[in-house]
Amino acid sequence: MTGGELRPTRLSGRWLASSLVVLFLAVVAGAVIGPADIDAGSVLASLVDRLPFVSVDTGLDGRQEAILWELRMPRVVLGVLVGGMLALAGGAYQGAFRNPLADPYLLGVAAGAGLGATAAIAFAPATADWVIDPLPLAAFVGGLVGVAITYAMGYSVRSGRTAVTLILAGVAVAAFLTAVQTYVLQRETETLRQVYGWILGRLSTVGWTEVLIVVPYVAVCSVTILAARRLLDVMSIGDSEAGALGLNPTRVRLVIVLAATLGTAAAVAVSGLIAFVGIIVPHAIRLAIGSSYRIVLPLSLILGGAFLVVADILARTVISPAELPIGVVTAFFGAPFFMLVLRTSRGIAA
Amino acid sequence: MTAVALTGIGVAYDGIAVVHDVDLEVGPGEWLGLIGPNGAGKTTVLKAIAGMVSATGAITMDGAAAPGPGRERARTVALVPQTPAIPQGMSVTDYVLLGRTPHLGLLASESDRDLSVVARALDMLDLNDLAGRRIDTLSGGELQRAILARAFAQEAPVLLLDEPTAALDLGHQQEVFRLIDRLRADRELAVISAVHDLTLAARFCDRVILLDGGAVVAAGSPRQVITEQNVARHFHADVRVLDHADLGLLVVPMPSGNGHAERHADQVADDAADQSDGEVLEP
Repeated sequence: MTGGELRPTRLSGRWLASSLVVLFLAVVAGAVIGPADIDAGSVLASLVDRLPFVSVDTGLDGRQEAILWELRMPRVVLGVLVGGMLALAGGAYQGAFRNPLADPYLLGVAAGAGLGATAAIAFAPATADWVIDPLPLAAFVGGLVGVAITYAMGYSVRSGRTAVTLILAGVAVAAFLTAVQTYVLQRETETLRQVYGWILGRLSTVGWTEVLIVVPYVAVCSVTILAARRLLDVMSIGDSEAGALGLNPTRVRLVIVLAATLGTAAAVAVSGLIAFVGIIVPHAIRLAIGSSYRIVLPLSLILGGAFLVVADILARTVISPAELPIGVVTAFFGAPFFMLVLRTSRGIAA
Repeated sequence: MTAVALTGIGVAYDGIAVVHDVDLEVGPGEWLGLIGPNGAGKTTVLKAIAGMVSATGAITMDGAAAPGPGRERARTVALVPQTPAIPQGMSVTDYVLLGRTPHLGLLASESDRDLSVVARALDMLDLNDLAGRRIDTLSGGELQRAILARAFAQEAPVLLLDEPTAALDLGHQQEVFRLIDRLRADRELAVISAVHDLTLAARFCDRVILLDGGAVVAAGSPRQVITEQNVARHFHADVRVLDHADLGLLVVPMPSGNGHAERHADQVADDAADQSDGEVLEP
């Protein structure tokens, strides 16, 4: 038997291509569906028209063109970035903590980031003077504090510790941080309206500002997490055995958690608290395709984007012309899915 | 030449010494058995050699000071733990491939050479038919072979085994021991293993070390160390050690209360001493 006959688990080109097609279809659907009538052919033509050195007749008038490029496309692209980041962060936390239930929302990361962002909105002076937007940074600090407290609490439990322990700690931390956030909101009623819709999660955006804020964070965090995908497979045999194989598990975990938290914070800063994406997408991939992080992480990034765009379509259309907060849609599908994962996963967190 | 030598090794957890002043050495192709009662420090000694716990004293490998914990140490020493964590959903091939971790740069992925090492390890342990199976669906014996294959894929000259057959039935125990014996001979591996079954230890180990209370209390050939007196004193067990012409040493447990009282009088005295300085026992 030679090395050529071995079949180590790798992300196949077929799955990669299929998931990119799914993402593309979701993006087109997101751009087509809405009150103003814009058909798929025009969307595709308009996309092609935007390529450099290419000019085609899109058949759209100026108003439609503006709706497509200043309302719908920014919203769809933001959904791709936020959904991809939350799903990737969920998969990364699951690997770093060896806990199938880990999710940015359930670990208290999102609540911490929410508190950080609220504090920035309430207390920071006019943001125009800042070189870097303080919102994602404040959210990052809040998210780090959230996950650090959750981790410390979850791991201080000495006996009977299971995968659920960490999540219970996360729920408690999230409740506490949310309470503090509500207190800040009530004190600063001026900011209440601005923040309220954001707590339940939203992708509503006008123009490309939010997209530009979140892009660099998503890029840096995704590259970092994806680069460590093989190491997360090694981490799955536990700290002491991974250490015996020459890995420094504490350092790997720290880097992964920092990257996932920074990415989550940036996503939360622009879109609020969107739960369960980090549970649904990575676990669906595990069930359908494979559990190696070499598969789970890249596909989570791609399909997480597609998932959130579809969830946003639902949020916009079910009670049209009114809009549901997108976090309500993801929770509606995510909570039952979480129960499924809870039932099928053994208590493997050490 | 020695593959591994320990001089005056001590390990403490939370300031409490669990292993002290352990000396041992093992050469290439040699099999050293660590025996002793539960809590004697066998696992801790193995972890110290693997660099998984920090130890005082000196550890040399191949004549030079052992490299610190990390990839170089893991290229020198492979450890088969007592109860390995079994990742859900991972294929046997992927699991064995983890053994190549110390040979890979942090961000590198496996080369063809890594894959061929893994293919050889699967072949050696007769795992070809199971290569695509999920590791969490294997039987105990199959799993033990997969774990050994992962250790062999590390290509380390020193192999540490922590009671490798504790979970196996009689047939699989023998199979695994024969396998390790053959691979040790083929590859000149230095093997150090904690062994529960004293008959197997006597059969396969070139030398054995008896640990009790974190210290070496006897060392030498199996015949020198595995004696009725040593077993009684340190394992607090009543056994007969028979020297069979064809089978070698056989360690046979005796039914309890079968009267070797005077021979084990010193053990009874030890027990009394243990109890008097321990907590108060229920009558």
